[in-house]
Amino acid sequence: MQDGITTGAIYLLLAIGLLIVFSVTRVIFVPQGDLLAFGTLTAATLQSGQIPGTLWLLDGVSALALLISWHRAPLRTALTWGVYPFVLTMATLLLARFEHPAMSILLALAIVTPMGPLIWRFAFRPVADASVLALLIIAMALHFVLAGVGLVFFGPEEARAPAITESNFELGQLNVSGQSLCVLASCIILVAALRWFFGATIYGKALRATASDRLGARLVGIDAAATGALAFALASFIAALAGVLIGAVTPLSYDAGFDIGLKGFVAAIMGGLASFPLAAAGAVLVGVLESLGSFWASAYRDVIVFTLLIPVLAWLSLRAGSGEERA
Amino acid sequence: MTALLRVDRLHAGYGKVEVLHGVSLVVPEGCMVAIVGPNGAGKTTLLSAIMGLLPRIGGHVLYCDEPAGSTEALVASGAVLVPERRALFADMSVEDNLLLGAYTRRRAGNRDTSASMRDVFTTFPRLEERRRQLAGTLSGGERQMLALGRALMARPRLLLLDEPSLGLAPMIVRAIFRVLADLRASGLSILLVEQNVRAALQVSDYGYVLEMGAIVTEGRSSDLANDARVIATYLGARR
Amino acid sequence: MTILAPLLLPPFYVTLAGYIGLATLVALGLVLLTGISGQTSFGQASFVGLAAYATTLLTKLAGQSPIIGLVAGLLVTGAIAWLLGLITARLSGHFLALVSVAWGISFFSLFGTLPLLHGFNGIGDIPPLVPGTGQRVTLGVILAVMTIVMTMSANLLDSRTGRAMRTLNGARLMGASMGIDTVRLSRQVFVLAALYAALAGFLFAHFQGFISPTPFGLGTSIDYLFMVIIGGAESLCGAPLGAALVVLLRDQFNDWIPRLTGRAGDFEALVFAIVVIVLLQRAPDGLMPLLARLWPQHPAAAPSDAEDEVMAPAPAPASAGEALLDVDTVSRNFGGLAAVRDVSLSVCAGEIVALIGPNGAGKTTLFDLISGVLAPSAGTVHLFGAQAAHLSPHRIAALGVARSFQHVRLLARRSVLENVALGAHLSGRAGLWRAMLRLDRAEENALLDHARTQARRLGLGALLDRHAGDLPLGQQRVVEIARALCLRPRLLLLDEPAAGLRLAEKQRLAALLRQLRADGIGVLLVEHDMDFVMGVADRVVVMDFGQKIAEGPPEHVQADPAVMEAYLGTVA
Repeated sequence: MQDGITTGAIYLLLAIGLLIVFSVTRVIFVPQGDLLAFGTLTAATLQSGQIPGTLWLLDGVSALALLISWHRAPLRTALTWGVYPFVLTMATLLLARFEHPAMSILLALAIVTPMGPLIWRFAFRPVADASVLALLIIAMALHFVLAGVGLVFFGPEEARAPAITESNFELGQLNVSGQSLCVLASCIILVAALRWFFGATIYGKALRATASDRLGARLVGIDAAATGALAFALASFIAALAGVLIGAVTPLSYDAGFDIGLKGFVAAIMGGLASFPLAAAGAVLVGVLESLGSFWASAYRDVIVFTLLIPVLAWLSLRAGSGEERA
Repeated sequence: MTALLRVDRLHAGYGKVEVLHGVSLVVPEGCMVAIVGPNGAGKTTLLSAIMGLLPRIGGHVLYCDEPAGSTEALVASGAVLVPERRALFADMSVEDNLLLGAYTRRRAGNRDTSASMRDVFTTFPRLEERRRQLAGTLSGGERQMLALGRALMARPRLLLLDEPSLGLAPMIVRAIFRVLADLRASGLSILLVEQNVRAALQVSDYGYVLEMGAIVTEGRSSDLANDARVIATYLGARR
Repeated sequence: MTILAPLLLPPFYVTLAGYIGLATLVALGLVLLTGISGQTSFGQASFVGLAAYATTLLTKLAGQSPIIGLVAGLLVTGAIAWLLGLITARLSGHFLALVSVAWGISFFSLFGTLPLLHGFNGIGDIPPLVPGTGQRVTLGVILAVMTIVMTMSANLLDSRTGRAMRTLNGARLMGASMGIDTVRLSRQVFVLAALYAALAGFLFAHFQGFISPTPFGLGTSIDYLFMVIIGGAESLCGAPLGAALVVLLRDQFNDWIPRLTGRAGDFEALVFAIVVIVLLQRAPDGLMPLLARLWPQHPAAAPSDAEDEVMAPAPAPASAGEALLDVDTVSRNFGGLAAVRDVSLSVCAGEIVALIGPNGAGKTTLFDLISGVLAPSAGTVHLFGAQAAHLSPHRIAALGVARSFQHVRLLARRSVLENVALGAHLSGRAGLWRAMLRLDRAEENALLDHARTQARRLGLGALLDRHAGDLPLGQQRVVEIARALCLRPRLLLLDEPAAGLRLAEKQRLAALLRQLRADGIGVLLVEHDMDFVMGVADRVVVMDFGQKIAEGPPEHVQADPAVMEAYLGTVA
């Protein structure tokens, strides 16, 4: 049960990331799970005193982005895709040898987060007006790209991210691990921070506006390319965070993220790809069901979770009536 | 008078179908210019192409004597469109809708937009009463007020309006047109697309008649309102 | 040729050719599903697996003949696909795709865990299709089946059902208005694609002689999709092209990549994925159209005669004066706003009624209420004397109601003839299977003849082979009207038919409407062009703010002060 709630919290984070990206850009962000694995493995590699390949990947792709858009917006682009990777690379080279857990985690977040906007820049922005289906196929293809890259950089072995805390607590009869509490606390802090971001800041409101009415957003001067990048940045930050959190509980390999990402999907679909509270309920349900499943019938665990989709979709389908022209 | 907006032999359309076949027009600084014409003539297409929402296939659009760029760039430099379907943020509050109207100003570093908000509330007191309400729950007239208010929050130099009277009760239409006349008097330039030909020609300085994607007549609005052909076609005085 | 190939190939290439043939089968299903019907599935490999395991269990473990295995595989797969389609049929396309990921993983994990299926150890020694023969014979069967299925798919696309399938891709409302049951059809296509996959699975088990869960995973499903995108999702030839490219390249990669990187792994997936992303960005129609451009275009079929018949035989007669449409105090609210309020309206046979009013007055909403797109919040709609307020659009069409759209809805990349023939959907009955087996030709010819007649009647005779999307807007409207007439309607609903038409075209349209009236058809049209309305309508209904404010003969309505106020407006 405790495991169920912890993993449920992770699914919730992923579901939030998926919903943000989908509502702002209509992209179903399949490779979010791969970024989660990147988060875990980058932190683990740093913790072992090595420089993760993802850093070089970030440098390379950023350089490409810089090269392509140099002539258009030199200053801002240079800051984003030139200075940031440079500073980050220097920092990593300097700090990696200390093998300090918090340092590894923060660096991992800083390395993986910009990958979201880069993915947007290269894979989706050129075809931002394509159908949801075409965007989904691209997203699916990206999963294979990231998984392949992950294998190159991290090899097929599982690795564990550094834990924030090793302590355990007695809570009445229950033995609660400190890391589980960290997961829950991070989840709560993140949700609160996102609430503030979307409710009180102009950029958060701009994202909501884009999700609410694309034309209206363009007409008040909201730059669709920038909001897309922001949505992807949020999603990849969430994925990286989820990665360093869950990676300390369960060791992950390069291809383990996809399955975790899918569970996030199940939760997001329960919210009809639109509602955050329903997705949250879905996430906890998936987490609990999964841990019960692994207790009673571990071999059929995934089958049970995915079968959960069927009644949910049937219900959505009945409610949808004939609203077909949206896609 | 200098031209704020100059459209020169503009061609535009959807996919392979060209809707505008070389439209030229001028909006002088501080003037209200009306475009009238039958449904399907290409009026909305014209506004979309000016704003860069549709690719401009041929010809030029000059705003402030510079080639018009992307939609975002135009909005940031003060050319704001209120589209036919209003395009409000339905699940956000009236206040947030207005706030987002000033998005480009906020991005340019201007953090205090409360003065503009007060101006909008003075013009449309109704919006102040409903400031916490979701935009999606407003009535038709209130929606148009909010759409206009949101556009005004950008402190525009040029306002482009697509059918502002669409689906509104005559009393509200009158109120909206009064606001437009006031805005024009305060020095704002307006490009107005309107099916309500008589009203449009009454409030505007200059008019263009668009048919089948081309300008067929143009002239001072008072002249157009007395033009035999315009009367016959649009003002319904055939009897 | 293809049948002889198995005899000449060395063994290794026999296997490779078999894989290409099998992949082509699955990919053909995906072309129909994705390229033509605008849906997609990331779970085709699990259908392949279902059928492969079904035939394996029956032939190897129960000792039955492969025929039984085939039938069982098709039945099981078809039934499961039908159920999955049922669940997602009404949802947007991406839901089906997401669910397909889930079922793909579920089946894969079931194949791996059910004790009966021997897990990842797999099941070997599956008997060959023809006892005592080897892979070569099976390869012959595979290539023959592939050719047959490809021909049948081509037959399908060139038929009434094939045209209907194309409306599933982003034009469902239009399809439904032509009488196509889009929900049912999209489910049928989905099941058909699953059956293609099942056929491949059956052949795969007997070709390979050994099965394990590995080739039925999500990765393989996505390979199939990649084949279709690389080859070209909209053309059937894209399927074998994509299948061959992916299978052959994968084979090469398997040799080279470990040597280059010193590591085994799924790197070819990475390469394919990048190719797919670049293709979707740069050439969303895949390689086939690019290849096709290399060959000289075969000249279009004999140019259709440009001579337009002016008059055509009258469609379904109706006795003049009979009430066709009776709308009684209907209302429709959208979130508290009344778009239509207590409107009553009737149209009789042989009558042209014009519905006018300012933009936003609720005319199009009323149209949608009549044609079944929306259900009224209150009030009743009777068509031909029967209650029709809650029928879906395709049923309304079946009653004999045809409509055109305010914003033209055509299949832009199909010919004018095909677009017009969509309107004749209900005059045919041949379904999926009859089309695939070419048992529909007599009906199809009659149907196309009818479409040609209607197109010529409206002056489209010279344009029958042109893509509808290439025509100017005015002519696209005429195509819509021709399509509507193809339905042989008793009641015709036209939403702004004269908008964007030139004067001569308007006069021609007016003459056509008068002729339809003489034939006893009832016409309800929404129109802004007052000259046009006054010239053609028997009766005019004026709406403003969702309400009817005037009704009567044109001259009468034109003089009504309320109408003047609504239409011409006044400024203080």
